Amino acid sequence: MIELSEEILLRMYYKMNQARFFEEKVDYLFSKGLVHGTAHLSIGQEASGVISCLALEKGDLVSMTHRGHAQAIGFGLDVNLMMAEFMGRARGYCKGKGGSMHIADVQNGNIGANGVVGGGFNLSCGAALTQKYKKTGKVVLCFAGDGATNQGSFHESLNLAAVWNLPIVFLIENNLYGMSSPISKNMNIENISERSGSYDIPGLTIDGNDPIEVYNTVLKALRYARAGRGPVLVEAKTYRYNGHSKGDAQVYRNEEEIAEWREKDPILRLKKYLQENRVFTDKQIQTMANEAHKSIETALKFAMESPEPEITSVLEDVYA
Amino acid sequence: MNTSEMKKMTYRDAIRLGMTEEMRRDDNVIFMGEDIGIYGGAFGVSHGMIDEFGEERILDTPISEATIVGTAVGAAATGLRPICEIMFMDFVTFAMDALVNQGAKMRYMFGGQSQVPMVLRLPAGSGTGAAAQHSQSLEAWLCHIPGLKVVTPSTPAQAKGLIKAAIRDNNPVCFIEHKLLYKIDDLVPLDEEFIIEIGKTLTERQGKDITIVTYGSLLLKAMEAAAFLAEEGIEVEILNPATLYPMDMKPIVESVIKTGRVIVAHEAAKTGGLGGEIVARIVESDAFDYLNAPIIRLAGLDVPIPYNKELEAACVPQKIDFIRAVHRLIDSEQG
Ligand SMILES: Cc1ncc(C[n+]2csc(CCOP(=O)(O)OP(=O)(O)O)c2C)c(N)n1
Ligand SMILES: [Mg+2]
Repeated sequence: MIELSEEILLRMYYKMNQARFFEEKVDYLFSKGLVHGTAHLSIGQEASGVISCLALEKGDLVSMTHRGHAQAIGFGLDVNLMMAEFMGRARGYCKGKGGSMHIADVQNGNIGANGVVGGGFNLSCGAALTQKYKKTGKVVLCFAGDGATNQGSFHESLNLAAVWNLPIVFLIENNLYGMSSPISKNMNIENISERSGSYDIPGLTIDGNDPIEVYNTVLKALRYARAGRGPVLVEAKTYRYNGHSKGDAQVYRNEEEIAEWREKDPILRLKKYLQENRVFTDKQIQTMANEAHKSIETALKFAMESPEPEITSVLEDVYA
Repeated sequence: MNTSEMKKMTYRDAIRLGMTEEMRRDDNVIFMGEDIGIYGGAFGVSHGMIDEFGEERILDTPISEATIVGTAVGAAATGLRPICEIMFMDFVTFAMDALVNQGAKMRYMFGGQSQVPMVLRLPAGSGTGAAAQHSQSLEAWLCHIPGLKVVTPSTPAQAKGLIKAAIRDNNPVCFIEHKLLYKIDDLVPLDEEFIIEIGKTLTERQGKDITIVTYGSLLLKAMEAAAFLAEEGIEVEILNPATLYPMDMKPIVESVIKTGRVIVAHEAAKTGGLGGEIVARIVESDAFDYLNAPIIRLAGLDVPIPYNKELEAACVPQKIDFIRAVHRLIDSEQG
């Protein structure tokens, strides 16, 4: 077990709160009909989304999913530019062209969220091939959902990464459902990490709602990949509290199940850890949450003040 | 049943009614797709069907589009009549091998031994703020493949009539549904034998001045523009090739002979879009000599669909674009 510094614990708590507040704001804006389109919220998944990114080194890369806000915040994206993108504004990460599902910060190693389920696996192989070829010593963290592991691209990518010894950590956020489908209906295994066996790579299943376990495991997996030993498959078991996307009646699950998972809330878990280990005082903990909250209010203000893109921009950036 | 009985229902409900009637009529019809069971499909098209037909016939699949369509091809070739739903047309990319290299060619390659009676339902189009990977109109790709049929209804009645025809057809039929049409409601015949024949272009409005050829959700915009133009005394004729392949050119050619002016419109990107094909067929036909003005193509910009609402709208033809194009054609002759 890796001893965590105060600084990293503080970052964990701050960023998980930031992700939560960001998504609560997104949810609110939709409920008021203020934003066009849709978004996928990962409220409840902040440990797997945020914390795994905190284990990255500077220069490492990440490929995100359609449910990527927490992943992006963990990776260090600026919530102002994220909110502006979500609102379709010119100052957003993608100049208003991508929206929630396509947030990216390519020059800083965030190769983008993906609207195609399973779309990130082979892109990550390519990004990892670049790292290996150029001997950068950097690793790619590839996020995906449980549902995505039934795409052929998952299997093809794990195989390729294994035989080519590519520096990738595949991080499966297993939130138990792909849209309305419980994993039990779509695969006969209980732990997705078992699929690593077919490719002879390490596979680990962890409590994806335990921030400390997520951090330590991903750090270990990244070290393994960085050492040139090839890919690792990490499965983080977690849960989303909200529906799949806007307008999901959630007929496929019940309130008790959601309530049970709320008991295992990753932010509360970390708070308890901080209190029990007396890392910070209650006042310090509250201050961190307040700061995170403030940053989201600022982000909204930034987004609202950002102009709409010029109509002529619709023709820009099709080609390099 | 009184065969003239009609009921008002949405486009979404009409597709469901058509599928339901066919599943009752023929138990070889099965239905596969992601979240089509208890969830009722991403757009609610299959809502409640699981209650009537159960899990034997309403098959929720893993997220595996290549395998959904490949399985449908294999099942169709061996005696079932599968319907598949691909959640967004954009993901037909995953299924292209099954569709293009297998399903479309099997009968021909095997010298007529097989048949592949299946329907691929494909929700398409922009206007929902879902951005570049969830908004495309890829019908031209499908029309380019000999062996596939491609249909696209614009009204609830067409939705019911065409889905039934597609299910009864002995070939792979791609059934393209525009997402903006799901909530449109209108009268639908309740007759269980109400079928809209595949391979027919529909005359949606008669007029003598200008011909507009369009399909999918643009048909509605063209109809609105025509109503507006009628007040100015311009009579627009609107033709809807609800079967995109094989396209019935006869009514289109006849209309152009009558009006001498034509606008061809679709939401899909202009380059390589079906508009080019339709225009080519018009100029290859007898209508060539009757053209009084250059043909206008209204189409999507050659760009991926952006997220921002204004940019998204700027990418595809709107009602105002139809009105302007009509004015341009009229003016080009006067001037
Ligand atoms: C190729 C493809 N198929 C279907 C969809 C529609 N879709 C979006 S998210 C989703 C469920 C994904 O499940 P999972 O991978 O478990 O991720 P989660 O949503 O649970 O985070 C589906 C079916 C899609 N975006 N891409
Ligand atoms: Mg999932």
